[in-house]
Amino acid sequence: MTALAHLPTSTRPPAPPPVRRGRHRLLPYLLLLPGAAWLLVFFALPLLQLAAASLYDPAGSLSTGYAMTWAVGNYPDAVQAYWPQFSRSFLYAGIALVIALLMGYPLAYAIAQKAGRWKHLLLVAVVAPMFTSFLVRTLAWKTILSDSGALVGLLRDVHLLGPDGRLLATPAAVVLGLTYNFLPFLVLPLYASLERLDPRLLEAASDLYASPLRAFARVTLPLSLPGLTAGTLLFFIPATGDYINAELLGTPNEYMVGNVIDSAFLVRLDYPQGAALSFLLMAAILAIVFVYLRKAGTEEVL
Amino acid sequence: MRSPLRTLTRRGLLTGTVGSAALLATAGALAGCGTKGAQQTEAGCTSDDLSATEKKLTFSNWPQYMDTDEKERSKRPTLDAFVAASGIQVAYTEDVNDNNEFFGKIRNQLAGCQSTGRDIMVLTDWMAARVIRLGWAQKLDPAKMPNVAANLLPSLRGRSFDTDNRLAIPWQSGLAGLAYNAKVTREIRTVDELLTRSDLKGKVTVLSEMRDTMGLLLQAGGHDPANFTPAQFDDALAKLKKAVDSKQIRRFTGNDYAPDLAKGDIAACIGWSGDVIQLGFEDEKIKFVVPESGVMLWSDNVLVPNKATHKANAEALINHYYDPAVAAKLAAFVNYICPVQGAQAEMEKIDPDLAKNPLIFPDDAMLAKSKVFMALDEQREKEYETKFQQILGA
Repeated sequence: MTALAHLPTSTRPPAPPPVRRGRHRLLPYLLLLPGAAWLLVFFALPLLQLAAASLYDPAGSLSTGYAMTWAVGNYPDAVQAYWPQFSRSFLYAGIALVIALLMGYPLAYAIAQKAGRWKHLLLVAVVAPMFTSFLVRTLAWKTILSDSGALVGLLRDVHLLGPDGRLLATPAAVVLGLTYNFLPFLVLPLYASLERLDPRLLEAASDLYASPLRAFARVTLPLSLPGLTAGTLLFFIPATGDYINAELLGTPNEYMVGNVIDSAFLVRLDYPQGAALSFLLMAAILAIVFVYLRKAGTEEVL
Repeated sequence: MRSPLRTLTRRGLLTGTVGSAALLATAGALAGCGTKGAQQTEAGCTSDDLSATEKKLTFSNWPQYMDTDEKERSKRPTLDAFVAASGIQVAYTEDVNDNNEFFGKIRNQLAGCQSTGRDIMVLTDWMAARVIRLGWAQKLDPAKMPNVAANLLPSLRGRSFDTDNRLAIPWQSGLAGLAYNAKVTREIRTVDELLTRSDLKGKVTVLSEMRDTMGLLLQAGGHDPANFTPAQFDDALAKLKKAVDSKQIRRFTGNDYAPDLAKGDIAACIGWSGDVIQLGFEDEKIKFVVPESGVMLWSDNVLVPNKATHKANAEALINHYYDPAVAAKLAAFVNYICPVQGAQAEMEKIDPDLAKNPLIFPDDAMLAKSKVFMALDEQREKEYETKFQQILGA
């Protein structure tokens, strides 16, 4: 490749004169401009405003206004009041991630390596649910898991559920909802990684007397690591902050930190607390992502 | 390992300087933040009325709160009649789906005394009370609304947040009471049964609207929701907490309890009369119950926000809808409680069955049992709402 790339340059006249270099240097920045402006207006500024709001005087109110008093105490107060919901978010997202990995990895592998001419159809099947709204899909789960529905009836008949047992409004329903809703975010990057996997490498591994399990651990898994890392992050981050699943499929006992932030901003009108919680959630996720990327050590993801 | 004492390079110095400057700038920007009070006064935020020259009106309402023609859905007979009679063009939008969400939509404009682009908005009692408390609503002229003075239901007059009936005029009212699905459970008559009966465990929902749920619980505890003390509130809240802790209560809901009740996933709940009537039309096993201890009466109210420039047009529209004949046509479509006296007699001509329905035209006995939740000041509202949300898990 490199040899080919050198070919044209050697036959062409030398690089353009230095006078025009200024414009060429500016070009990448000009191309960056729309994206950067977008991020500044819709991400950086709101973030700054959120940071400010989290330090407002908690004694303020909508009618009297909020004074900026650097009230750092908002943070410990928020954690103290809502640590159960906070830890529940990470717990549920973590369990959902494990389930999604157990289902998603074989699925991505099968589509990438074994599906043959069905590959595209299967990919569409993974993506197709995303064509309808997130909300509608979650509401559909309410119907599927309904107490009087066929699924619960069947589970009761085979005594997996007690006669009064239910699926809806339980932690299991929330975790299943999270798993289902974010599964494509895990499967698609994994598929992209696994699709590039050269089957000859696996043949070579087995020629060298590697058992299938060992070949998987030493060849397939390391080569799929970039997709795995990207997929787990794309799954875990939105799943942690989600509140729709807990709201629709759970009960107050399953509420996650997203539900608390929603109520702080919209119902209780406690803006400093809502902002503090949002910031804490973001910080916690960032910390986890950094530690994870350090461990996973895949620079290709970033 | 890097050596702890690094030599200062030019790049290091530059990065350090730029970094510190950015940090300082951020801190400075943060310190400059803070919000001004959202409170407005009648003198501080005046609105012009251009109704005399502009025959226009922008109307924000809840979905399915206006009668539509059976054949042509885009036609709204009572509204079209108003347009034809007055010559005022009405831009009607159904963009109020949730009080809290809608408040988020209009908060910044009204806090800064700017126009929301709406002349009429329809808000539920407690949100109307908040908007009035913040000084965000314009005072209406009773002389331009003679029908309201004549026909407003007595139990909806002089409510604590609008003692003169000049700020929030009821559009439709309703009851919050008990509902059950007779296919799944036997009859339920009291709030205590709902919260403690063991055969209902895990099959009960209550409303996430604090005033409705707590109002019913206050009444069940022998207190008056229109006038109660913080201790009485805590007493009622303890009862609710017990029911949540014992897993009697399955969820806190908005309108979404309706399909679950119809399916039988929930056996009994606290619900709204209008929803339950609608369900009852499809399945007569679904019943609304007025508990012995009393029900909550709520209204969605028409308000004219600050800086709305067509107040007189809005008053003309309100007056139109307080004509009993018009009100009856609307009530026949929406099935909530009609706040207009005399509409019952008009309804006899349209649909005698509906005219007899006590959940659309409540009798005196039922009205005597109904209470409107007291208006709260900002501090109390936040305190109660926080306590209630804590039980709710958020």
